[in-house]
Parts: sequence; C-alpha cells; structure tokens
Amino acid sequence: MNGIARKDFDLICQWVKPGSRVLDLGCGDGELLRELMDTRQVTGYGVEIDDASILACVKKGINVIQGDLEQGLSGFENDSFDYVILSRTLQTMRHTEGILKEMLRVGRQGIVTFPNFGYWKNRVQVLQGRMPRSADMPYQWYDTPNIHLCTVRDFEDLCAQHDFDILERVVLTQGKPVTLLPNLLGSLAVFRFEHRR
Amino acid sequence: MSHHEATHRWIVTPQTARFTEPLVLQSGAVLNGYDLVYETYGRLNASRTNAVLICHALSGNHHVAGYHSEHDKKPGWWDNMVGPGKPIDTERFFVIGVNNLGGCHGSTGPSSINPNTGKPFGADFPVVTVEDWVTAQARLAEHLNIERFAAVVGGSLGGMQALQWSIQYPDWLDHCLVIAAAPKLTAQNIAFNDVARQAILTDPDFNGGHYYGGPGPKRGLRLARMLGHITYLSDDVMGSKFGRALKSGSYQFGYDVEFEIESYLRYQGDKFAESFDANTYLLMTKALDYFDPAQDLEGGLAEALRPARADFLVVSFTTDWRFAPERSREIVEALLSNKRNVSYAEITHGHGHDAFLMVDPYYHGVVRAYMEKIEP
Repeated sequence: MNGIARKDFDLICQWVKPGSRVLDLGCGDGELLRELMDTRQVTGYGVEIDDASILACVKKGINVIQGDLEQGLSGFENDSFDYVILSRTLQTMRHTEGILKEMLRVGRQGIVTFPNFGYWKNRVQVLQGRMPRSADMPYQWYDTPNIHLCTVRDFEDLCAQHDFDILERVVLTQGKPVTLLPNLLGSLAVFRFEHRR
Repeated sequence: MSHHEATHRWIVTPQTARFTEPLVLQSGAVLNGYDLVYETYGRLNASRTNAVLICHALSGNHHVAGYHSEHDKKPGWWDNMVGPGKPIDTERFFVIGVNNLGGCHGSTGPSSINPNTGKPFGADFPVVTVEDWVTAQARLAEHLNIERFAAVVGGSLGGMQALQWSIQYPDWLDHCLVIAAAPKLTAQNIAFNDVARQAILTDPDFNGGHYYGGPGPKRGLRLARMLGHITYLSDDVMGSKFGRALKSGSYQFGYDVEFEIESYLRYQGDKFAESFDANTYLLMTKALDYFDPAQDLEGGLAEALRPARADFLVVSFTTDWRFAPERSREIVEALLSNKRNVSYAEITHGHGHDAFLMVDPYYHGVVRAYMEKIEP
C-alpha cells in the first residue's frame, strides 16, 4: 500500500515547482510535505485534525496546523500559496465543493488525488451486488470514511461547473499511469487545476 | 545512608542579579535599581547557544523545576515539563526561570524596601507591563552573557511574554513557544480580573496598599484567588471532581462550608493568601489587562508580529475558556500572514486553563518533539 501511495506523491513532487509555497490539506504524517521540502525546497504548512499525525509532523520538523478542514480555511489569506494539495481526502469530506473553492481562494492552483470509483474492479463488484473494496478504497461500507466517492468523469464535470480549468490529469493503477480509458482502467486520479482566467 | 549517596532529589538554588542601571517603564515611571531572582537548570554550552527562557504566569515564579531542599514538599511549578529527560530537556538545554519585576518571591516588587523611604514600596511600586518584564528579562540575559535564546517558552501570561519577546527582541530568539495564551484579553477576561482586584482593593486591611507590618488584605486576596481558580478550571472537571458532593452528607441549612467545591475553593484561597502578596496580584492582573501588541495598529496582530523572526509552536487546550483556542488561533493566523514557520496543536483536555500545567501525553509529546528538533 505504501509503495503505491507514494506514486501519487512522486507525481505531485514532479508537478510542484521548486521553491514554491505549498499548503497540504489533510497532510497525515507529513511525508509528502517533508519530501517536497527536501526535493523541491518548498515552504509551507500542513493541516491535520488527528493528534498522532500532528505529532508525527512535528517530529519531522514540518509546520503543521491542527484544524478541521470542514470548517474551511479561514485562517489562511487569499492567494497565499502557489499550490494547495488535497491528497486522498476529498472523498472523505462533507463540504466537497466548499473545500475546492477554498483551495483556489488561498492558492493559485489545486492538486487533488482521489480513488476513482469508476475503476473497472469497482464496477465489477457493484455489478456483483457488493460495495467495492480495493487497494485505494480498502474499507468496508460500514466503516469507511469515504462519503463522497466519485469517478474521474464526475470530478471533471464538477470542475467545469465551477469554472476550474484542469491543467493536468493522471490516473494511476498500481502506481502506473493509465492512458487508455482512464475512467475505466485507472484506480487513483491525480488532478491539477486552477480558476479559469 | 552514607553522606555521599546520590540524592534522589534535584536540588536547585535561586540566585539574585542586581541591576543598577535605571529602568524606564512603559508608564514613564523609573526604577533606579532592582533585583531579579532566578534559577538555572542544566549547563550553558561553550558556544552559549542552548539557553531557554521560561516565562511564568500570574502566580508563578523563578522556581520552575527541582526542589530547594530535601524537605521541600513540592517541586517547581513546571517540574513535569522541565528537567533531565523531560520535554524541555535540561541535559540539552540551559534553562532559566526568572521571577518577574513586581513579583513577591525575591525580585524587586511592592513588598521590597523602597530605597527612598526605607519602607516597603507598597502602592508606590510602579505598574509594570509585559513589555517591561521582557526588557528586564533581556537585561538578565545580558547579565548571564547570553546573546540569543534557543527558545523562549511561556504558558498563559508567560505565553504573552514569549510572544512579546518575538516582537521586542526578534533577533534574540530562534524559537518561541506560546502555550495557552492570547494576543490580548477579552472584555470578559478583564472583567474577571477587575472583580479580583476589587476584592483586594475593598478589603479593610488593604490600607491603600501600604499594609506591610499589618494583617494585610488576606480576605480580599483569598476571594480573588477563589474567583481566579474557578475560571482556570472547566465546568466538566469541577463536575467530575466535586459534583454536588456534601462534606457531611446532608444539608445543614446554614452558610458554613457544605459542598466539597466550597471546601476546595476556600482551601485554595487560604493557601494562596498565605504565600502571595496582594499588591503583586494587583500588578500582575493589570499587566494581563494591558497586554495588546496590536493596539493602535491598523494591520492588527499581523502587523504587530511583522518584526518577529522566530519559529513558533502555539498550543491551546479545548476546554480552556479563559484563554480559549480561538485566541491562540488568532496568533497562528497572524503568524501565517507573516509567513513565519509555525505549528499549532489544539490539545483535547478536560481541565480548562490549568491543563497547561498538567501532564498529557499528546501535549508533552508535541513540546518534546518540537524541542528535539531544535539544534542548539
């Protein structure tokens, strides 16, 4: 799981320009931010709600702010970051549209990763009459934090509705980019987007 | 037991620094000379880069950690945080605790002798502010030949001093730990302080502040402390600790102590009134009320913190309603606005404001982890 998880981090590390300012929402133990600081010399902050994750971040020497993303990003000023990252968290949020708008309020570009519900293995499980489980969605229906799952196409529709331009899109399966029928063959979606100018 | 057997207690001895250069206070008043009593823990390294200053709160003092003697009942007020192997580790850091100006534990204050009159200052001791304390602490640093602190740390009113350090002497500290503090008091907070002061000022034994040699306003100070104590705890912890428990098991239909909470508060009040000076209490609460580095600044706290160069750790406690998490978040937001390195932890804790003095694995874990990343 960890090896695959790092693949979207690798992509993000390639996308983020050296020396930029980054806000990592739901930053977990701070692994991505630490890597961005070490390899891309970024500055910035993580936001987390979980005590153990905050502690792990402080141990890594990264800036982390304890807070609830559902409350928005009111503590952050407009346009104060080059990138705002939300990795594997969007699908767990109640205020999905709210957080996406907030991301592009405080940052110039947003980077989002989420498990693609349209992945064929998920579709097969639904056809078999079951809620899907996979490497990127490892939970049972009754204990999943995922409340707003979507497909690659769904996310693109939402971006269009809000006038977000998609700058880059990569859909991964087992850490490898899928170019053919990504909404069917891709398991984890990674998007970079900004406000239409 | 042989004479050389290792003592199991960590014995520390307070020291006194005398300053003869006059200190012009924020009020315009001048202190011609003054003493600061302080304690140190651990060793200053050869490059003099591992010093940590601990700023105390309302009722605190220089005695941060360890014991004064083998027979001492209690260690210093932050002994669970500061010491060998503790979150603020004295094996790595040279820690300094100092009793603030106006205090009643050895530093020059209202109960000290006024050299002009040969009598205690009493009400003639000038009102001092957080800014004045920080200035005096900086002079102590010079006295100890310390040009830069690895960290300045404080909780509550001590956190305000740490914050003020980052503004007033930005190049003198690398890290600033602001715990259970606020960028300024709210009206409600000032109101509590004023009731506490009124309890002292209206005590018939207050005698205009010149009560030394007499009984002194013990009743007033006791009430002030009782009120303060209520606000430092949460409703929940009072409920779980005391509830409606009665000392004798049934109502006595009178006004003596009946509920356990009454007994507890009176005990706390009595203990405090015996060991603390009322004039110092007045002065400390006033320093709290006055603190507002953003006062008169159009850009608010963000502008006030613009000079700051330190990295910050800000910590608050969920049930602290006197220095609520919202107040700490204001500090964090102002630091974010200035693009400072800052981490913020909001500790889920049931004990209200006093939680900052208690052991909590997450709270102490965060402080420890933060201090461990500091390379002195």
